[in-house]
Amino acid sequence: MSAAIETVASAARTDAPPAITLDRVNKWFGALHVLRDISMEVALGERVVVCGPSGSGKSTMIRCINRLETHQDGRILVDGKELTDDVRSLDAIRREVGMVFQSFNLFPHLTVLENCTLAPIWVRRMPKKDAEALAMEYLTKVKIPEQAKKYPGQLSGGQQQRVAIARALCMKPKIMLFDEPTSALDPEMIKEVLDTMVALADTGMTMICVTHEMGFARQVADRVVFMDRGEIVESGPPDTMFNSPQTDRLKLFLSQILRGH
Amino acid sequence: MASDTTTTQLAVATAVPEAAPRTPPISVIGPIAWMRANLFSGWISTAVTLALAYLIARWVIGFVDWAFINAIWSVPNNQTQACRDLRGTGACWAVVTEKHRFILFGTYPYEQHWRPALVCVLFVGLYIVSAMRRFWRKELALVWILALTAIGILMWGGILGMPYVPQERWGGLPITLILSTFGLAFAFPLAILVALGRRSKMPAIKAICVLYVELIRGVPLISLLFMASVMFPLFLPEGMNIDKLLRAQIAIILFAGAYLAEVVRGGLQALDKGQYEAADALGLSYWHKTSFIILPQALRLVIPPLVNTFIGFFKDTSLVLIIGIFDLLTAGKTAIVEPAWQGFGVEVYITIGLIYFCFCFAMSKYSQGLEAELNRHRRR
Repeated sequence: MSAAIETVASAARTDAPPAITLDRVNKWFGALHVLRDISMEVALGERVVVCGPSGSGKSTMIRCINRLETHQDGRILVDGKELTDDVRSLDAIRREVGMVFQSFNLFPHLTVLENCTLAPIWVRRMPKKDAEALAMEYLTKVKIPEQAKKYPGQLSGGQQQRVAIARALCMKPKIMLFDEPTSALDPEMIKEVLDTMVALADTGMTMICVTHEMGFARQVADRVVFMDRGEIVESGPPDTMFNSPQTDRLKLFLSQILRGH
Repeated sequence: MASDTTTTQLAVATAVPEAAPRTPPISVIGPIAWMRANLFSGWISTAVTLALAYLIARWVIGFVDWAFINAIWSVPNNQTQACRDLRGTGACWAVVTEKHRFILFGTYPYEQHWRPALVCVLFVGLYIVSAMRRFWRKELALVWILALTAIGILMWGGILGMPYVPQERWGGLPITLILSTFGLAFAFPLAILVALGRRSKMPAIKAICVLYVELIRGVPLISLLFMASVMFPLFLPEGMNIDKLLRAQIAIILFAGAYLAEVVRGGLQALDKGQYEAADALGLSYWHKTSFIILPQALRLVIPPLVNTFIGFFKDTSLVLIIGIFDLLTAGKTAIVEPAWQGFGVEVYITIGLIYFCFCFAMSKYSQGLEAELNRHRRR
């Protein structure tokens, strides 16, 4: 199973240009150096899980990829295009990159269906009927088509997060970013969201996922990236990373995570 | 096997409370219970209740005596002697009966009063239609344009066999409604643009918006009105003259715009940052994000302070009296200048107050309903 995934990933790595390239990216919040010389490539179809203690810069890094945060030094290329201040190219990149947030960030004044159709209608210029059909297709995939007419406030946390995934998928993105998608959920709802993400991974979507769910990392990740204090400390296939960590920082982190479980 | 025992244990455990279903405690309700709890809960409370009840009853009886029982409702031919004899004991509503058309329509030609009356009806109709959610679509803008055009034609005349009436002769309630309706209809979109501009990343736009808000807010409305009516014409080329009402109208729009802009900005800032980020992440453009995601939520958040400002400005239009425009309040004041009717200010002011109250109370009530309706999605 994992061997098959690796061959697919390596095949993609040789042929196509990388989906995402980070080249010596630096960022400061005031005097605080939150990203230090981050360099990383993500191939098309690759699934990367980013983990690390809180404050390690993993969320900031993922938010730089669709420019919710701006990096101050280095280069970021998404789908071959460099991220700059140019609004047009930025909008073009954001169209291809879906994002799922820790706090869902659904639009509370719109129904679930309207949440999903808004961007396809206005950004992709899709006819309303087609957009609704597409939205229902993805809502079915995340297993909540019956909630389409409800407002987000009427759903449970797990259902809201699945709507958020469907909303991002309705834009047919090439890359999906997940920023701690299960951290705000009650324990009994984590599984339904992870199941949805596993199903998505099985379709060959390029995914970068910031999460502490090590089981998920083992199950779907091609590569695990461990960050601490703004730098990438170690990265590699999940089995190697979790079974034989090389650095003390990763050992410490893993022992803390495992104690927590 | 083990699971079997757990199931039986569970069944037993759930069966026990079922044997004795508990009802919620009986709540004490009804007016007598309420009064006992809130008005007569102790001897101090009882004493305060009785004392206040006595004062209120005395005041109400006194007012009813004055306003209804001893009141004079009409007098023949401006003979106000009967009214003067009753000073202090009874109201002289005759002044309102006699002068109501002047109070409502000012110096507008008497035989043409149906025109401003129709204008008032049109305004109220426009408010009612605009208030209904089922009419909230693009056609409503057309209805507004048509209604406001009709109002202009009715007030000025000069066509369709209606004689021309210069703006100097307009007065009373139509002036109040024109100033506040046009004022808020233009000030509100202006305020939204200024509020957005104040949060803009473009320094020039931001600076202009900050300057506008701070300059206008730092000056009393009266001085703005003075500037509009006295100073502004001095800067105009010889022979060119802009209507006085229009100048006052622009001053009111600019003033209301600055205040409303700050209210709207409050809503923009109160909105969760995640909403902006989610819209950005979907690739929505600035205007799509603003009009579909940000404004609908931000404006809902600020309905109470928005309506507060609306109501304030409805009443502030009465300040135009200082530049000689006859709004409702000024018309009422002028109505009692005539020697025969001097000294009956209280009755006239109560009447005018009631008219203002009707409009303001309607706005307030409507906003409460709208708030509940629009925030329904927050409820579970």
